[in-house]
Amino acid sequence: MTTLLERLSQDRRQLLMDRSVSGRVGATLPESDVPHQPLPEEGLLRDTLDFPEVSENELVRYLSQLSQLNFSIDHNFYPLGSCTMKYNPKVDDEIASMPGFAEIHPLQPDATVQGALRLMWELQQRLIEITGMQGCSLAPMAGADGEFAGILMARAYHQDRGNTQRNKVLIPDSAHGTNPATANMCGFEVVTLPSDANGNTDLEALRFSVGDDLAGLMITLPSTLGLFDSNILEVVRVVRDAGGIVYGDGANLNALLGRVKLGDLGFDVMHSNLHKTFTQPHGGGGPGAGPVIVGERLLPYMPTPVVNRSADNDGNLIYTLKAPPQTVGRMGAFHGNFGALVRAYAYICTLGDQGIANISHDAVINANYILSRLKGYYDLPYDRSCMHEVVFSARNLKREHGISALDVAKRLIDYGIHPPTMYFPLIVEEALMVEPTETESKETLDGFIEVMRAIAQEAQDAPDLLHNAPHDTPNTRLDEARAARRPYLRWQPED
Amino acid sequence: MLDTIGVDSVDELFADKQQQHRNPTLDLPPPMSECDLKRYFGELATMNKTPGEYACFLGAGSYRHHIPAIVRQLTSRSEFMTAYTPYQPEISQGTLQTEFEFQTLCAQLTGMDVANAGMYDGSTSLAEAVLMASRVTRRTRVAVLDSVSPAYISVLRTYAEPPGITVDVVSADNPELNEDTACLVAQQPNFLGYIQDMQAIADRAHDAGALFVVYADALSMAMFTPPGDCGADIVASEGQALGVPPTFGGPYVGIFACKQSYIRQMPGRIVGRTVDSQGRTAYVLTLQTREQHIRRERATSNICTSVALIALMSTVYMAANGRHGMRRAAELTYQKAHYLASLIGGIPGYSVVDGGVFFQEFAVQCPMPPSTLNERLLEYKIIGGLDISEQLQNGMLICATEVNTREEIDAFAAALAEIGTTV
Repeated sequence: MTTLLERLSQDRRQLLMDRSVSGRVGATLPESDVPHQPLPEEGLLRDTLDFPEVSENELVRYLSQLSQLNFSIDHNFYPLGSCTMKYNPKVDDEIASMPGFAEIHPLQPDATVQGALRLMWELQQRLIEITGMQGCSLAPMAGADGEFAGILMARAYHQDRGNTQRNKVLIPDSAHGTNPATANMCGFEVVTLPSDANGNTDLEALRFSVGDDLAGLMITLPSTLGLFDSNILEVVRVVRDAGGIVYGDGANLNALLGRVKLGDLGFDVMHSNLHKTFTQPHGGGGPGAGPVIVGERLLPYMPTPVVNRSADNDGNLIYTLKAPPQTVGRMGAFHGNFGALVRAYAYICTLGDQGIANISHDAVINANYILSRLKGYYDLPYDRSCMHEVVFSARNLKREHGISALDVAKRLIDYGIHPPTMYFPLIVEEALMVEPTETESKETLDGFIEVMRAIAQEAQDAPDLLHNAPHDTPNTRLDEARAARRPYLRWQPED
Repeated sequence: MLDTIGVDSVDELFADKQQQHRNPTLDLPPPMSECDLKRYFGELATMNKTPGEYACFLGAGSYRHHIPAIVRQLTSRSEFMTAYTPYQPEISQGTLQTEFEFQTLCAQLTGMDVANAGMYDGSTSLAEAVLMASRVTRRTRVAVLDSVSPAYISVLRTYAEPPGITVDVVSADNPELNEDTACLVAQQPNFLGYIQDMQAIADRAHDAGALFVVYADALSMAMFTPPGDCGADIVASEGQALGVPPTFGGPYVGIFACKQSYIRQMPGRIVGRTVDSQGRTAYVLTLQTREQHIRRERATSNICTSVALIALMSTVYMAANGRHGMRRAAELTYQKAHYLASLIGGIPGYSVVDGGVFFQEFAVQCPMPPSTLNERLLEYKIIGGLDISEQLQNGMLICATEVNTREEIDAFAAALAEIGTTV
């Protein structure tokens, strides 16, 4: 028997179609102010549109209540490794919604959007300076899209030289899944490189893997183990000597800002996840932006468009959208995720020269502080100082108390903290990857450390508390296998 | 904190880095205060000629429509805006349930069985549809009607050619397919704005054993027979028209819908319904074994994002307008565009291309190069249509929607007439 309370709580989760009442509408539209134009013949027109009918008030209440079922960076600490969930300054949202940015149409003539183009050009220049590269295209719409653009450029570079036999891309075993997926989308064969005992690239395996069929290497620096590869100069040299392109996955750029420029190390191309390093509210999974920044060898191949600056006869600066001479083409219909570019550039302007370098300073101290204070409570697979993130392993808890990384993660939710990245990188058993970012205070870190220590103790004293976590959430653990076995992907009328 | 870590300075933590490349100079401007920041970006923003201040008649893939206030209000909530990707479903039901709503609305709008949670934009959604058609049919050519937007064909080439798929641009009047053709791609309305007989094109595709992939304008589907009722196997669309400001081209959200039988070949995030350990309904990311973080190089795509916040904007827009509001917004748009076409058709020197029924945009042959015309129109505070002289001599693609007032439309026609007499 369902109690009234239970029923009301279910009702709050009712879908729009089940809330629909004929005749209700949540938005108003004007009356037509033009002479009536005859509609086309009936046969071309849609019979009915099976959409919900809800009032504005109902819609606002439904979605506001739903929103409260989420954790978010404005409410919770997100020590989410590899995701760089830093605080997003509110002023950037205000700026991005200025009508002069939000309302402009992507196909307006260049002369009518000089402010937007100048903003893009300046952002290109800042990214080039920060990474030590030569050119930049802001077109890719996400990190994975930037990877795609980068590997397309490597492909075009080899094809241009008639080296079509170069069909292999090397990828370390610690890499994000997007790297191999990207190489495959570009028609390359993926060769996985092992890491050595210190978490660096295994140089012997690398030397063995390079040859005339090498197209390039995709490498994340610092690696997803949160470690700076101390062999990196040698890695770059080996790949370049073999004729390969060195691609840098910029997911962990936060650790490098003002410390090292990938261009100086000999990288040919990298992408920057602007939404991570230079902030953009994550939005529950996008939007982001993934500009590519390239060295000299790949300049002609950048995706289109790129913003150029020149002077007219009177010396006025003119900004124009241009296609690089041998461009790999268009990544999307227009010029990239401009709204995200505005936010990222505003963030860079706020920080300025000193602020940018402080990011890596604070991010690295914060991660090492957590490392030092949780060492001994959780296994540390690579016992050396880390960069902006630290990878622990729950294998000691698993062995001794049957507690998995998943259990630790879910128990953190009870304490109001978003779980760290789990089971990644794949080469670490029961991985818990923690990235505090530079925007968190020492007090927040101490609170997290206290909770993590308490959970390690609970693993010993009350393991079921962890197995059954989370306890105080709108839903307990979900039957994910059932969702995949019997896919139910939309509302259906028989419900 | 350094004491706890056991180092004297932060530089020791960076000691791994190659000495000669450590701490490079960073030639950037000094920091800006919030006050300076708003002033500087405000200046940049005012250097643009902004629609609203200017009457604007551009479309071609990005459309201006009225966006109800609740769209911005609801999507600005921190709980939606600053949440992470919902990998932890117990604390992400808000995002997951709204994504499920988006999938439902997109499936119903397109007339298809299922939709995913969103792609980067309409053009990449179309490109991924073609890759999927190739996986499903195990064929390696794609036929694209020459009436599809050149920009979309260009994106399609970016995606299709590296994995070895050949793009054949074929005549819309008589598309030639062969036994290697994985799919036939059509755009509805076509690039020039005209409605085509989709069932006839679908039959051509299916007769050749190919799938029928349709790129459909989002709002037009509220008024015209949707692709799902005309034999489409996969439908891509641009969600921008549904509640998203033009924002100089992005971020937008791509709609991706298909038949139920292809769900395990779909790209992108998909949300499914399930139950929790206490038997209560809940939503979760599902069919993840298709995706890059599990399947790596054998994934259906490298995409990670579903552009969730923009998808939410479209969800709120579709839900607020609902069954009748969507149709009304579409019909108002139709009224404005047809009124404008009727005026332009009466101006000496201009002719509206007779391509049949159109929805919100149409092609016009002008008495002078459209670039010159557009430059002159700025004096009247009007941003004219898109220069398509590469497709049509002195051609301009002109769009009007419900946000264009009669006053604006009359002024546009009058300006065209006035400038036309100066040829």
